[in-house]
Amino acid sequence: MAKLSINGKTIEVAVEDDTPLLWVIREQIGLTGTKYGCGVAQCGACTVHIDGVATRSCSMPVSALTAEQKIVTIEGLSPDGNHPIQKAWIEHDVPQCGFCQSGMIMAAAALLQSNPKPSDADIAAEITNICRCGTYNRVKAAIKDVAAGGQMNRG
Amino acid sequence: MSLASVTDTKLSRRSMLKGSAAAAGAFSFGFAVPFADEAQAQGAVPEINAWVVIHPDDKVVIRIARSEMGQGTLTGLAQLVAEELDCDWAKVSTEYPTPGQNLARNRVWGNFSTGGSRGVRESNEYVRKGGAAARMMLIQAAADGWKVPAAECSAAKGVITHKGSGRSIRYGEVAATAAKLQAPAPANVPLKDPKDWTIAGKPLKRLDTADKTTGKKVYGMDFKLPGMLNAAIKDCPVFGGKVKSFDAAKVKDMPGVKHVLPVGDSAVAVVADSWWRAKTALDALPITWDEGENAKVSSESIATWLKEGLDAPQAAVGNQNGDVKAAIANAARVIEQVYSYPFQNHACMEVMNATALYTPERCEVWTPTQNGEAALAATAEASGLPLAKCEAYKIDLGGGFGRRGAVHDWVRQVVTIAKQIPGTPVKLIWSREEDMLHGRFHPITQCKLTGALDKDGNLTGLHLRVSGQSIVAGIFPQNIQNGRDPAVFQGLNPPGPEASIGYGVPNLLIDHAMRNPHVPPGFWRGVNLNQNTIYLECFIDELAHAAGKDPLDFRRALMKDHPKHLAVLNAVAEKAGWGTKPPEGVYRGICQTMGFGSYVAAVAEVSVSPDGKLKIHKITAATDPGHAVNPAQIERQVEGSFVYGLSAALYGECTVKDGRMVEENFDSYQVLRLDEMPAVETIIMPSGGFWGGVGEPTIAVAAPAVLNAIFAATGKRVRNLPLKNTDLRKA
Repeated sequence: MAKLSINGKTIEVAVEDDTPLLWVIREQIGLTGTKYGCGVAQCGACTVHIDGVATRSCSMPVSALTAEQKIVTIEGLSPDGNHPIQKAWIEHDVPQCGFCQSGMIMAAAALLQSNPKPSDADIAAEITNICRCGTYNRVKAAIKDVAAGGQMNRG
Repeated sequence: MSLASVTDTKLSRRSMLKGSAAAAGAFSFGFAVPFADEAQAQGAVPEINAWVVIHPDDKVVIRIARSEMGQGTLTGLAQLVAEELDCDWAKVSTEYPTPGQNLARNRVWGNFSTGGSRGVRESNEYVRKGGAAARMMLIQAAADGWKVPAAECSAAKGVITHKGSGRSIRYGEVAATAAKLQAPAPANVPLKDPKDWTIAGKPLKRLDTADKTTGKKVYGMDFKLPGMLNAAIKDCPVFGGKVKSFDAAKVKDMPGVKHVLPVGDSAVAVVADSWWRAKTALDALPITWDEGENAKVSSESIATWLKEGLDAPQAAVGNQNGDVKAAIANAARVIEQVYSYPFQNHACMEVMNATALYTPERCEVWTPTQNGEAALAATAEASGLPLAKCEAYKIDLGGGFGRRGAVHDWVRQVVTIAKQIPGTPVKLIWSREEDMLHGRFHPITQCKLTGALDKDGNLTGLHLRVSGQSIVAGIFPQNIQNGRDPAVFQGLNPPGPEASIGYGVPNLLIDHAMRNPHVPPGFWRGVNLNQNTIYLECFIDELAHAAGKDPLDFRRALMKDHPKHLAVLNAVAEKAGWGTKPPEGVYRGICQTMGFGSYVAAVAEVSVSPDGKLKIHKITAATDPGHAVNPAQIERQVEGSFVYGLSAALYGECTVKDGRMVEENFDSYQVLRLDEMPAVETIIMPSGGFWGGVGEPTIAVAAPAVLNAIFAATGKRVRNLPLKNTDLRKA
């Protein structure tokens, strides 16, 4: 049994302690926007925010989390898909197959939250998610666009 | 009702089954197809023809037979239909017909197979005619209503206007009438001149982006049915091996476990209430394998076998002119080198998966597939039910790259599992490790190249001997004729519309000694063009260097009779400033090829640090695809192709040890990430008159352009891929 705060709601789930957060999110809570890609924290498709920090949920056992830690998934990033990063993603037509993009967007949003004006080197160092379709240059352009527009500094 | 959209999670299984049952027996084959005849009888949305449905509120639904896996074919094909339909693009959406519906309607949507960059290039004519015929019927319906000749009416943006009277009417208002008209014969359906296009040919945005930014999009892995169980599977890690025994009692009491099942004679699955529990129990399940003879095979033993093929007397000829033996014998200089290219996994981000529901009366499968009809055939075969009692529902793919096309091993598995638990839906998801161990791998080859130069450094003879694996022999052995696989010569073919060599060499021989290891091969994005272009274009670079000539000039001298190949080469040379001085420490490499119907070339700019670290700064690439349906999406395909091609060039290698693959995840099978991605400048130069693909051709020029630039930077020739195995430090 674990008690988690996901997208603003406190949820109790009956799972084994070593169940990765990813599979709790996907199977117990039923939010499938967060993807399984590798299971070993390599690809980043499972990226969620834990207290604002981009975290690879496939390698985070649910027992390591408390109900006080705020977990946000792609479904909870914004109410209507209107987070500046999501808007920039649409503007730049970033996704191809789209499978890695939830994780990519969550990684980008966390980067801009902590570093609203990232340099190219910052982006290269922080966005380590794998995309096999090859959207990297569009990902970079969309992040820079949001940074340049200063949308992350509102309020 | 309109077609069932499998991506609509609101659509319950019950409504699908109900729709299916309602239409059962409506067709001579007895396919369960809810369709337009029925829909119209019920006064629902009119289907103008197989490609076009128009709602009363003018919403246009365009049916797409090919699968969307990121390449944008859904948008591109819709543009072609919409162009001829003259509808309002803002009102367009798309849907997939099912494979069962296609068979029931005498394959009205043609081929479902999505691979070989064929989506647009093969189907453009009939989908455009579908749109044009629908427009003609809509205009006819309006003209009939006004009692005027159709020739006096025209359509634009979904509105029909009568020139003389100025009357107008919307598509949605005449759709129901138009749907009842006789369709014009295809021969009487003229198509627009591409120069008049207003929707096709334009850099429009994709139709399917929004849900990919919110997590709403449902991939196969996300698909759910009420009461569904989840399965994890292990197939014998040695290809061709079998299960000797497994001890189900050891795991049957683990949390959530429902069943432990054999799957064929080579695999075991655990079925549980959640996938994580299924996988956890599977990892704890004692399995003994009968690995068989193949357990003795290694990368080294395969390499030895292929090496022998480089000089074998028997080889199938792919392209030949003149007398290469004599040219080599009489040459002023002979250059000879051996190259090699390894096994690689497609490594789609979404691992293989499918959901199946089997009853003795019917079997249905929901799966991401590049070929819905092949998925349907696999369903029928594995279930033992006739095709008429099966259906396969396509779900958009989290990457395909050829893995999800010709072979549907995972579909057979899920059906084999479902058949053992009739009436219970089950979703099979492979682990990444299973996906890496049981790929359909990029074929392994070696290549010996022998070039003859005269005293002035002109190329007088070239022998290119490929030794190694044939994909066709592994997947469609019936297509091998007298030991010859024509597909292995991709990019090296005689002059013609497909994958032809761009050089005129007076004495030429290109042949293949087939050597098929036990590792199952597959069509891997770019297919045989990948290694063939490395072999030819790196060796041409070696010859130019040996002749003391500039690599661009050396190529140009051989390309007088290949103007389209030459045009793309010249375009990248000019754009990248070939012949001008690059920035300090930066070096350039150039190459060209032709495949999937398109002509492509690239210049790469790289630097190599004193400690051997490679930096790829930029690739300039040109594509002549004949016609460019969506330049914005072509740019994205070119950029993406470089990620795929450079991942292969830098890191891609699956190693065989004890008959099985060594690399099991992205920690040992590295791929290109954002920090290594070069800038890409894309030149699209459609010359008209033909239709080429864009998803694959430029993959092939990524590696040779970079490898030739590395030579310029370091003096080192990298002949064995991937690059990670070569020390680039200056000697």
